[in-house]
Amino acid sequence: MAKRIDISGLHAFYGAVHAIEDISMTIEPRSVTAFIGPSGCGKSTFLRTLNRMHEVIPGARVEGKVMLDDEDLYDASVDPVAVRRLVGMVFQRPNPFPTMSIYDNVAAGLKLNGVRRKSQLDDIVEESLKGANLWNEVKDRLGKPGAGLSGGQQQRLCIARAIAVQPQVLLMDEPCSALDPISTLAIEDLIDKLKAQYTIVIVTHNMQQAARVSDRTAFFNIAGTGKPGKLIEIDDTSKIFTNPDQKATEDYITGRFG
Amino acid sequence: MTTETGVEARAGTRAGAAGTAMSTGRAGDRIFAGAARGSGITVLVIVAAIAAFLVWKAIPALRENEAGFLTTEEWNPNAQPPRFGIAQLAFGTALSSLLAMLMATPVAIGIALFISFYSPRRLASGLGYIVDLLAAVPSIVYGLWGLIFLAQHMDKVSGFLNAALGWFPLFGGDSPGKNSIFTGSVVLAIMILPIISSISREVFLQVPRPNIEAALALGATRWEMIRLSVLPYGRSGMIGASMLGLGRAMGETIAVAMVLTFVPGINWHILENGGSTFAANIANSFAEATETGRGALIASGLVLFVITLLVNMAARAVVARRKEFV
Repeated sequence: MAKRIDISGLHAFYGAVHAIEDISMTIEPRSVTAFIGPSGCGKSTFLRTLNRMHEVIPGARVEGKVMLDDEDLYDASVDPVAVRRLVGMVFQRPNPFPTMSIYDNVAAGLKLNGVRRKSQLDDIVEESLKGANLWNEVKDRLGKPGAGLSGGQQQRLCIARAIAVQPQVLLMDEPCSALDPISTLAIEDLIDKLKAQYTIVIVTHNMQQAARVSDRTAFFNIAGTGKPGKLIEIDDTSKIFTNPDQKATEDYITGRFG
Repeated sequence: MTTETGVEARAGTRAGAAGTAMSTGRAGDRIFAGAARGSGITVLVIVAAIAAFLVWKAIPALRENEAGFLTTEEWNPNAQPPRFGIAQLAFGTALSSLLAMLMATPVAIGIALFISFYSPRRLASGLGYIVDLLAAVPSIVYGLWGLIFLAQHMDKVSGFLNAALGWFPLFGGDSPGKNSIFTGSVVLAIMILPIISSISREVFLQVPRPNIEAALALGATRWEMIRLSVLPYGRSGMIGASMLGLGRAMGETIAVAMVLTFVPGINWHILENGGSTFAANIANSFAEATETGRGALIASGLVLFVITLLVNMAARAVVARRKEFV
């Protein structure tokens, strides 16, 4: 299920603002890649270019190539809607559909894909909630609103919703920043479990989290206000956190700035 | 009570920090609180006074009435003895405004969705402005337009509907005409379009960005995103908007009075000439009404007031039922 992502020469813009500049990297399947860097360095923007969510903001555009195995996501013939069905996303704040039950939240993406049979929906909803380590907590109240769960449960519900459609890649944009430490731990355990099946990319502000959950870490930085964000280096997480090649990376992870 | 204490505490701190006469700040606070409370009470007093006035004026006429007020179709309060009832008025009011709401709501929501999610931004602001402009047109102008232009062309539409869908009771009847409930409803629909549309638009603008992105990130198309995120979020707002439109249509006077031709009796055939509403009847009859006639008209106005109140309460009940999910 998991696919490799190959990015080359990628630029992203918001209108006239050049948000990220010339990024190239390879993201391996069945691994966790973490993006770290100071606020405003473009890591979230970059993440959103990987499922073409960047362009839903008016005036936003992208240059460069993103290959999912051998398919160019930005080819003129590619429908962004189809891309987002292959590359799932989990957001910073848990955003279950507020008017839907827990069950319907998980089933929402399946219904978009034309799954209508009740028994099939039941199976996939259960499987996805189990996959998101949420099943035992909600199995007796699947008909209750998803918005009634705790923040951490809501975030796992969003993960269940994302994996229910069996994406190739799972993007996570600071998935724990709105959560308490216990819920954060639950999500981190989940990420560790999910990487057996998915290519996972996670943006995080928490360097310990990057160190705990990721196999590879990419450090992004920005030369100054108004300048585009850049990829400084990407390497195995253990190397980035012990012996990075770049001075800026070392300064950042040792807390000298950021 | 807690809010009041909080406000007072804050005002006290500020006066203290300024270091000058502490009592000045308190007095200002008290004057403002008094003025606000006074305004609130004034509204209640005005509403109560209007209600009391209506009841006071209506009772003598209702006493003299020889017919059942709620069930009689005829309206002859100036006769001796007076005989009048609101059955036809209530029927005409409810039918014409419901039809107007049914016609206006889908179009208005469509306009709001188009402006909010489909049209290019420059077109959106221009279009929104034009729709709002519709609300600024005086109702007498709609009445004139309805009478002089729309009604003259409605007989073809009515004739067609009657021929094609005559088996359906509402579209039945032998003589589809120009000055029918149907024509009146079309005018009303156009009049309530802007209010439904602009409130729906406001609601759509408030749909949280994360809800929209949640749908898009799942691979929803624009329409699927609207179905998953926008419509459920906006449901209560859209119900409220169409209910407000309904209320406006029920109270609309002059445009309806101009378009409809009064024919006595309840007629389910909306394509035939005839029908009347509370407000149109009051406008048409007040000038030449006797003392009893005025009382009767006021009584009918009271009924309109109660119906409008019930509509609003029903709308709230519908909204509240979905609360668990909002």
